[in-house]
Amino acid sequence: MSNLAVLPIIIPLTAAIILIFFNSKVKISRGLTKVFSLISLGASGYIFWYVVENGSIILETGAWAAPYGIILVVDTLAAVLLLTTNIITTACAFYAPHAGLGDKERFYFYPFFFFLITGVSGAFITGDLFNLFVFFEVLLMASYALIVLGGGKVQLRESLKYLLINLFSSMLFVTAVAFLYGVVGTVNMAHIAERVQEVDQQGILTTVGILLFFVFATKAALFPLYYWLPKSYIVPNPVISALFGALLTKVGVYSILRVFSLIFIHKIDLTHEVFIWIAGLSMIFGVIGALSTNNIKLIVAYNIIPAIGFILMGIGVFNADGLSGSIYYLVHDMIIKSVLFLLVGAIVYIAGTSDLRKMSGLIHYYPLLGWLLFIAAFVLAGIPPFSGFIGKLLLLRGAFASGEIIIAIITLATSLLILYSIMKIFIKGFWGSKDESTTLEIKPTKGLITPIAILLAISVVLGIGAEFFYPIVDSIATNLIDPQIYIDSVLKE
Amino acid sequence: MEIMTSILAGILFATAIYNILQKQLLRIVIGTTLLTHGAHVFIFTMGGLKTGQPPVLTDGVSEYTDPLPQALILTSIVISFGVTSLLLVLAYRTTKENNTDDMEQLRGEDNE
Repeated sequence: MSNLAVLPIIIPLTAAIILIFFNSKVKISRGLTKVFSLISLGASGYIFWYVVENGSIILETGAWAAPYGIILVVDTLAAVLLLTTNIITTACAFYAPHAGLGDKERFYFYPFFFFLITGVSGAFITGDLFNLFVFFEVLLMASYALIVLGGGKVQLRESLKYLLINLFSSMLFVTAVAFLYGVVGTVNMAHIAERVQEVDQQGILTTVGILLFFVFATKAALFPLYYWLPKSYIVPNPVISALFGALLTKVGVYSILRVFSLIFIHKIDLTHEVFIWIAGLSMIFGVIGALSTNNIKLIVAYNIIPAIGFILMGIGVFNADGLSGSIYYLVHDMIIKSVLFLLVGAIVYIAGTSDLRKMSGLIHYYPLLGWLLFIAAFVLAGIPPFSGFIGKLLLLRGAFASGEIIIAIITLATSLLILYSIMKIFIKGFWGSKDESTTLEIKPTKGLITPIAILLAISVVLGIGAEFFYPIVDSIATNLIDPQIYIDSVLKE
Repeated sequence: MEIMTSILAGILFATAIYNILQKQLLRIVIGTTLLTHGAHVFIFTMGGLKTGQPPVLTDGVSEYTDPLPQALILTSIVISFGVTSLLLVLAYRTTKENNTDDMEQLRGEDNE
């Protein structure tokens, strides 16, 4: 059954290729997109179930034995992230026809949508560092095309910077892989981990680790490498922003999680201590950015940065609680960020502006949208019993267990400020008296609200049903703590 | 031979960084191209250079050339080719739309 592992790559790739032929027929494209995203969701759901029941799926492509050929590894972590990715993309596929893409829909929006999923899924399940680079490039190429779709003045300017930053960090990634290949003589992650373990991470290996961290931190938008993110994430259409906010930075932080729980774990007091500081600074600076602006799109975009900080903090404390907190928060954040971006997209669509100072009393016209935003703010900030709370509880337990009190305080303070930054949208945009002088024309929002409501419901279930999800997350964390399990499952000799 | 290619990679990186730090858009594109070439030469060096040896290890062959770096470089060349061509088109359109190719003026303002 190991061929299952190829499905998350093959299905979106096939879908993308088929959709190229139906490019000019928008109605057919929309229908096919929905069908294919549901098929992909089904496949990833089955893979998740299979992996939880039977353990990791290892696919050695072309029957080349593990350290030599290209391998795909779907362990529980990868399976969880695949399922989350597909839930989000399905919601986006149903949101997209109502998102006001207009003409852009015919400029190969749907093929690139699926190419993006191909890259993200591939990055999650690859078992080899060079292929991680390749899948990074696949998803980045799709994202370059999506971000510039439409070709407005501002869009071109910001996407150019986005492209340059990513190109530069990709080339550093290749250099780091070359370094690592020169030192350990392999690019297979399990094999690298084994070799690094043998020499106890002596010599140049820590340097290579830091170089890799630099690359992933740029892609994940950590302090101080986040400067490119906020502006470039708000220029495209909201549905594209939602995909980016939910998936792209998370692939970067997933790579950090993978590499620094598997390969570079023998100098923890050096590397992981730095992570905690970077995590703290990311939280502070991200939330300051979110508080500093009246542009509702920017508020949500800035909120990505502290979330990445939370996840990195769990990797930094590096114990079972911290790591399970990271994984829980990663899944929670993927869902809630897409919800927020889609919500903000809907608000901008109905209000006709993204400036908070120009909107007021929207709740009189759109009560459901307002309350969805209200719940989303609670979920994001981690008010119990929502999913953000469970993730942060685990993270804080991990931080206290290893005596990192300062970071715990920063986390709590940041959470409050995040709540304030989102509530600001609610208070200024939705509360307040109805503006009688200008009559707001009521636009139909059913198609926009349904996917958002479903995603939000999943996120609420993730919090209320924590009892049910916790064992899976806990087993992932236990596997991550002991890299030998991963190494043995890949290099089974 | 390894020393020569290492120095070559270093020179490529240095000129690339110099060009990327310029204000003119076309020079930045040239910088990124040089950067990719530097990275490729670097991969090649890291695999170890041997001339005249077969790239496969069979019976009777004790010395062999490592084929993996070449596979890696080939993949990387294709990717960087694609990205560079996209970057050129993007740079051209950006210059046309914004009427400038100066990065200082492409910075943008808050709240727009």
